[in-house]
Parts: sequence; structure tokens; C-alpha cells
Amino acid sequence: MAEKPKVAFYWCASCGGCEEAVVDLEENILKVVDAVDIILWPCAMDFKKRDIEAMDDGSIAVAFINGAVRMSEQEEWVHLLRKKSQMVVAFGACAHLGGIPGLANLNTKQEVFDTCYHDVPSMDNKDATVPGVESMVDGHHLHLPRFWDTVKSLGQVTDVDYYLPGCAPPADLIWSAITAILTGQLPPKGSVLSPNKACCDDCPRKDSKPDTLEITEIKRPATHLADPDLCFMAQGFICMGPATRGGCGSRCIEGYMPCRGCFGPMDDVFDQGAKFLSAFASILTPKDEAAIDALLDQIPDPTGTFYRFSLPTSLLRRGKMGTPV
Amino acid sequence: MATAAFEPRIVAFFCNWCTYTASDLAGTARLAYEPNAPVVRVMCSGRVDPQFVLKALQEGADGVLVGGCHPGDCHYQEGNYKALRRFRLLKRVLTQFGVEDERVRLEWISASEGDRVQHVINEMTGQLRRLGPFQQARS
Amino acid sequence: MTQRITIDPITRLEGHGKIEIFLDDKGEVANAYMQIPELRGFERFCLGRAAEEMPRITQRICGVCPTAHHMASARALDALYHVDPPPAAHKVRELFYNLFTFEDHTLHFYFLGGPDFIVGPNAPAAERNVVGVIGKVGIEIGGKVIEARKQARHFMAEMAGKAIHPVFGLPGGISKPMKSDLVDALRKAAPGFVDFAQFSLQAFADIVLKNQAYVDTILADHYAHRTNYMGTVDPDGKVNFYRGQLRVIDPSGNRLYQFEPHEYLNYIAEHVEPWSYIKFPFLKQPGWKGFVDGPDSGLYRVAPLARLNVADGMATPRAQEHYEQMFATLGGKPVHSTLATHWARLIEALQAAETVERLANDPEILSPVVRRLPEQPPTEGVGVVEAPRGTLIHHYATDAKGILTMVNLMVATVHNAAPIQMSIDKAARGLIHAGKVTDGLLNQVEMAFRAYDPCFGCATHSLPGDMPLRATIRDARGEVVTVVERKTRLGA
Repeated sequence: MAEKPKVAFYWCASCGGCEEAVVDLEENILKVVDAVDIILWPCAMDFKKRDIEAMDDGSIAVAFINGAVRMSEQEEWVHLLRKKSQMVVAFGACAHLGGIPGLANLNTKQEVFDTCYHDVPSMDNKDATVPGVESMVDGHHLHLPRFWDTVKSLGQVTDVDYYLPGCAPPADLIWSAITAILTGQLPPKGSVLSPNKACCDDCPRKDSKPDTLEITEIKRPATHLADPDLCFMAQGFICMGPATRGGCGSRCIEGYMPCRGCFGPMDDVFDQGAKFLSAFASILTPKDEAAIDALLDQIPDPTGTFYRFSLPTSLLRRGKMGTPV
Repeated sequence: MATAAFEPRIVAFFCNWCTYTASDLAGTARLAYEPNAPVVRVMCSGRVDPQFVLKALQEGADGVLVGGCHPGDCHYQEGNYKALRRFRLLKRVLTQFGVEDERVRLEWISASEGDRVQHVINEMTGQLRRLGPFQQARS
Repeated sequence: MTQRITIDPITRLEGHGKIEIFLDDKGEVANAYMQIPELRGFERFCLGRAAEEMPRITQRICGVCPTAHHMASARALDALYHVDPPPAAHKVRELFYNLFTFEDHTLHFYFLGGPDFIVGPNAPAAERNVVGVIGKVGIEIGGKVIEARKQARHFMAEMAGKAIHPVFGLPGGISKPMKSDLVDALRKAAPGFVDFAQFSLQAFADIVLKNQAYVDTILADHYAHRTNYMGTVDPDGKVNFYRGQLRVIDPSGNRLYQFEPHEYLNYIAEHVEPWSYIKFPFLKQPGWKGFVDGPDSGLYRVAPLARLNVADGMATPRAQEHYEQMFATLGGKPVHSTLATHWARLIEALQAAETVERLANDPEILSPVVRRLPEQPPTEGVGVVEAPRGTLIHHYATDAKGILTMVNLMVATVHNAAPIQMSIDKAARGLIHAGKVTDGLLNQVEMAFRAYDPCFGCATHSLPGDMPLRATIRDARGEVVTVVERKTRLGA
């Protein structure tokens, strides 16, 4: 009897949403369990690094890895799984692009520690204690993994075969990807497993988009009401749809909120944030610098919006160390 | 910080009709200027995708200079307005990334302003010598 | 010679965790530590972001309970922008939130917590999982659990865009009103949710409460901690997940404080240890006393048992009956037995289902007016909800443009971090003697923290339903002396 292919799930700097997304396969997950032998899933199964280390290289058929890489332990696990697996799939926006944790690339480790362990108003830490890689407590030696200054996507740490985009990837996309893998019907290596077209293509509000978009005022969801039927950009709300790969089912739009770009860019785009910046700036109406700047003042946080999910995989990758916020 | 040995590399994107012509004029008029800014000729400053600027920085440039026609003079009518809007928004993003203001610059230089090409490149080179190499994307 | 037992990792925790146990010369436990080896830094990297984006950013703290963060964030935005949502917006938010609480709680019972009771803590490992649960309650019920989750999440996606990382929270309300076909479907489905919650409580009664050995386990001393408790109550002092005041009681049940969310800094603070990335909240009075319980303890617990302990009752009638029954069975309030959390969780699931039913049938739920725009510039605000795992606090300050200048997050499981550490320590000391480590140890240490349902306790992840553990015993030179493992049903 043919052995079932071995499959591993692992999570790095992750929120667990990608794990939930697998469970959102509902009935289909039973088909998955039937078809494969899950040999690693830390949230659900015995997590033995030694067992994975003992496996032959390449004996795992597919490793699905979600989460960004931001701690030393995560990086070690990624290298180990790459060695033991024939195929590595970057699962979800964090592994694909860096994700929300990637916003920390505008900060340094020192800044994160200063805030979390010192500055927050609830902190009572007069001794300025901070967690350390090595500590001696009650005469015992304890270890923690190292927190890097820079968050990386999975592809920046190891060779990735395929990318499954989304935060979290929708169930139908996950199912298509798993089916493609099990039947061996895959696009070229390095592909993102979702169509190469913009979100606008499938957007339920597409028909309301005028041929010429001209923005005279930039509106923020905090302080403005949005029309439930009109294209967000046409109304002056920032919507990352034009610079974002489709295949998500426009779920955020259906929730009456604009896209924030979690599927990442389309093929041939190096930097999703820059691409959106370019498109958005092109459709603003003012022509003189003062009027342009007054309009741009209405965008509260360009970098945090345009690069919401993709900061580590942007062209600059991170802010300058020690940039004041 | 900058050392005596550091020579900044500036990538210059010049529009064909105005700034590139001006740099030719500087050449024929023998207006000498710092050799730190190899030029990439584009048909219009509106052709400059912000990705070009960021990629240049990622790939080893210490600064990027974009040159186009004065507002109102664009050979394609609107191109330089697009360039201006993109540039102003890009500057805000670069500030959030901590990229120093002097490293990315937009200048309107008409075909007859060879001396302006000389001035801008000399000035920018001197500023970047003082600032030092751009190291961020390579960290 | 000091022996060191490493249990790595702990599963069903947000992120990762490991336990280190050190034995003295006699093989008794000298110290035990639960270390959280992960940090992402939301409190820092959210600085400079636009405040209204926070519901969609902070929910990425947790993909199991994103709704909790989304809602706490929306409440914080209401306070930040000094705007009160219209009544219909509160109702839609509350309906959404109770749908989520119902789904999350029932799932935990069947897949995570349930096996400890339904199958039994000393049952063979191979049976302590969801399959064993289904064996006891019937395969039909297993299907009903999946169906209930599916239905609830379908409704949530319709309401707020997505179940994983919903989008509709805004200062002053929500982005999307309810549609009539959705409300009709909810009205039809809600009684089924109530029935399912009641069935689950009946299953608990039949299988657990009628078994004296289980009741003894629940009441066993090494699973009990006399701590303070914190939870949210409505104006009538009843449990409320969506909004209310925070109430704190002492280990004897006396009320210590009741305060508005924005006053939280007057009462609680956080402590740091060098051996873990997680922070350890405590009561400012009496202050940080270490990992100890009892009348002088500075520690407080949150989550279902705590909420039922602090409140005067449940807000819905059927849940109230069960509330009274629970305290009558367990000897009055407050209950300190950590494992009783499983019971309290089901009672909360019932209240959540009843609340969904009530709100779905409230005509105001169909109102198109679900947003009130801010009229004042943003300054500072605190939002608090009761996440399934406990009190969740979001605190923001911004400049006049609404750019964040300060973010403080006190996340549910973090409030329990010191109690969990204490529980690990107590269980280890009570169970490990003369250096002997067995499978029984593994399970009982596991039970000490699993009852807290640490954040990543999503029931749906337990394909085998149990938690595998490996204990490695090394001598002082670091050489492996012996390895004790408990495998999962799938053999891994």
C-alpha cells in the first residue's frame, strides 16, 4: 500500500488565523486527513523537533508554514523544515509578505522592548527588567529565543515553492491549493496561488467606478460615512484594491470597508506600497505643490496604510534603525 | 558617517525633452560637474515609477534625482504633474522610513538650463558625501 | 545533583510556550517556570498608525479571537473620539459578539476541555480526545458541533465581511447595517444555538456531574487557587461580554472594586520577569507579591469562572438557572477550583446563545442607522470587552489628527499569566516526587493550565484532541537520563 504523503504545519510569528483557516475547510478537512499523514502541527499534535531532525531530508512532502520570521527559534525551525521537505508553501500574508508583524520593521528591537517593558502606562518595572536570551533565576539557567531587529517573510529566510496569499487565506483558495498539490497540478515554482489580477476586477462595486477617477478630497473611515454601493476610491477613501491581487472574494468590501491589501501585489510588482502610491497620486487633482501637500495632509499614515501587510518585502524592507516615530 | 573615501552614487532619471537636453547642453558648454550621477533617460518625468527610486536605493544608490520639465511645459501635458504628486507622496513615505530628505530629489530643469544641472548635481553630491552611504535596505 | 525537566512545547497557547522544572537533590520540585518564548510588539509598532485602523490591525494579535480585539478596539475608538454609537449599532455589535462567544466556547468544550471530563483525566491517552468525546456523546453531536460553528461563522462573515479578522468596527458604530434576509436566517437559527448550548450543559451534567470521581477532581486541592477575580458586569451586576464596569473580588468573595474601564490603571499594573516574554499583571493593592495565592495575593484571574464569581448572576434566564445550580453544587461563591471553568464556560455559551436570540428578534436590529460620526477631535480612550479567555483592555492615545502616540494592550490570557505560572508550579510540586516522572504527571500538569483555555485554545485544532507532551530528564551535565512521552492518537 502506498504511503500517504507526509504533511507538516508550522507557525512562526503568527496569530493563529491561518490555523483557523485550515479548519474553515469544514468537511473538506476530513478529506485532507484521509489523504495525508500529518506529522507535525504544534497546536494539535506532538511537536518534537528531534523527530523532525531524525527524518530523512526530503521525506516530508509538503510543509505549510505560516507566520513571519522574527525570533531565532522560528528561523531554526524554518531551516529544519526546508531541509526535510520536498515542498515548502508560504501560508498566509505573514509568511508571504511579512504581514502585520512586519509593521515592526519601522522600529528596532530596543524600541519594542522599551515600549512593551517600560513605557506603557500599566508597567511597574522600576528595576528595568527585560526578558533576556539567558537568565539566571533562583540559581537556574533559563533560555529564551532571540528577538531580531528585523521581521522577515518566509521567502527571505529560505527557498519557498509556492505562496498562498491572504490574511487569512480563504477556505476555497486553501482547498484549491491542497488539491493542486495532491494531484501534482501546480503552476511554475514560485507562483502565488491566486489569479494574477487586481481586486478591482472582481469587486462588487466595479461598475460604479467612473472611467476617470479624480480625487479632490481624501476621506477617512473614522470621520466620514461611506456610500455602500460606490467604489471607495471614487468617493475619496483609500482602497488598496487597485494594487492588490484578487481571489479573496472581496470580503472586506462586502463588509463595507475598503481593501487594505492583504493578498499582496500582482506578478511583476516589486513593491506593493510604491505601486499603490503611484496609482493613487496619479489620480489626485491638484497641480501646484501647496495644494498637493494640503491634500496629502489628509492621508494620516501613508506607510502604515500602503504597506500594511508588505513592509518586510518592500524594496526598502525596513525603516532606518533609530528613526523617530 | 561620511569618510573622505566615500563617493556617493546618485541615479538620475532625466526626462528626454527638458532635463536630459539640459544635461547635454551642460556638456557642450563644458560646464563641469561632479561625476557621481549617471543618467537614465526617460521620455517624461511621469514615467518615473516610485519603484525605480526605491529599487535604485536598494541596489546601491545613495541618492536618486528626478529631473523634468517645469509645470506647464510638459511635452505630454500632464506627465510632470503626475510626477510631482507621486514625488510629494513618496517623500512622506520615505520620511516614515527614515530616509534623509536630501537623498531623493525632484527638480524642474528646462532644456536651456544646463547651469542648473551643474548646480543641482554638485549640491546633491556634496550633501550626500556629508550624509554618508545609504545602508538601510542592505541591513 | 539538579535535574531539569523540559516540557516543550505547550500547545493551545497563543504562540508558543515551554515548561522548565528543576528538581533538588531529593528529586522534589525546587522551581518550575512556564516560559513564553514569543513577542511581536504591537504596543510599539502601532504607534504612528491611524487610530481607526486599529480594529483591523490589533485583531491580528489573535486569529482565534480576532473578534474580541476588534470589538475592544472599536470600544476604545468610541472613547477616543468621544462618540457614542447609536443604539442599533451597539445591538448589532453585541449580537455579533455573542455569536462569536457562543461559537468559541462550545467548540472549546467539545474539542479541548471536554475530553478531560467526558472521557476522564486518567483514561488512556488515546481516548482523551474529540473522538473519545464523540464516542461518549454520539457521532450526531460531533456533526452538530461542526454545523453550529459553520452556521455561526457564516453569519459573522455576512455581518462583518469575514469571520477571521472581521472589518466593520469604527468609532461611533459599524460600517454595515443588518439586512433583513440575514436577520430572518438568524431568527430561525438562534433557537438551535440555544438548544445546542443547553444540550452541552446536559452532557456535562450527565457525564461529569453524575460521576463523583470527576466532581472530586474538579474540587481537588492541587487544582484550586484562592486568588482575586476580575470580570465585567452590566448595570444590574450581571455578566456581560460586550460592555459594562469592571468588578474585582477578593478570594473570600468580598467586592474590592468596581470601576469604569478607563480607570483600570488605578487598580492593576504589570510585572516583568527576565525568563519570559509575557508580562504578569497584578493588583496594585496589595502589589506584586510573587507567584502566590491566598488572602495576601496580588494576583487575580479572569475568564469564565472569574466572570461568574464576580457577577451577581447571568443576564439571561436559562443561563441563570445553571449559574445557580453550579454554585449550589460546588459549595457557594466564589469557586476557586480552576477546572470548574469548563462548567462556567458552557453557562456563558448558553447566555451568548440566548442573547443572540433576543437581539435577533429585536426590531431595532434592522435599523439602517448604525453609525454616528465623531464631532470632537480624538484624545485618549479605553475600550474593554470580555474575551472568551478573559478581560481584554485596549487603551489608545493620539494626536489631534488621530495618529497613535500611545498604545497599551492588556490581553486576556496575560491577566492569567501569573496564575498559570502558579498553577504549573503547584501541580508540579504536588505531583513530582523522588524524581519520578510518568505519563500521569504529564496529563495532570497539562490539566493545570488547559483549564485556563490559553488564547490559542481553539478546539478545532485538536485533530487528536489531546495534547502531546514530551518530558526530557537530564542530569546536571545535560545528559539525557530518560524521556517520557505521551503520544497522540495519530501516533505522532
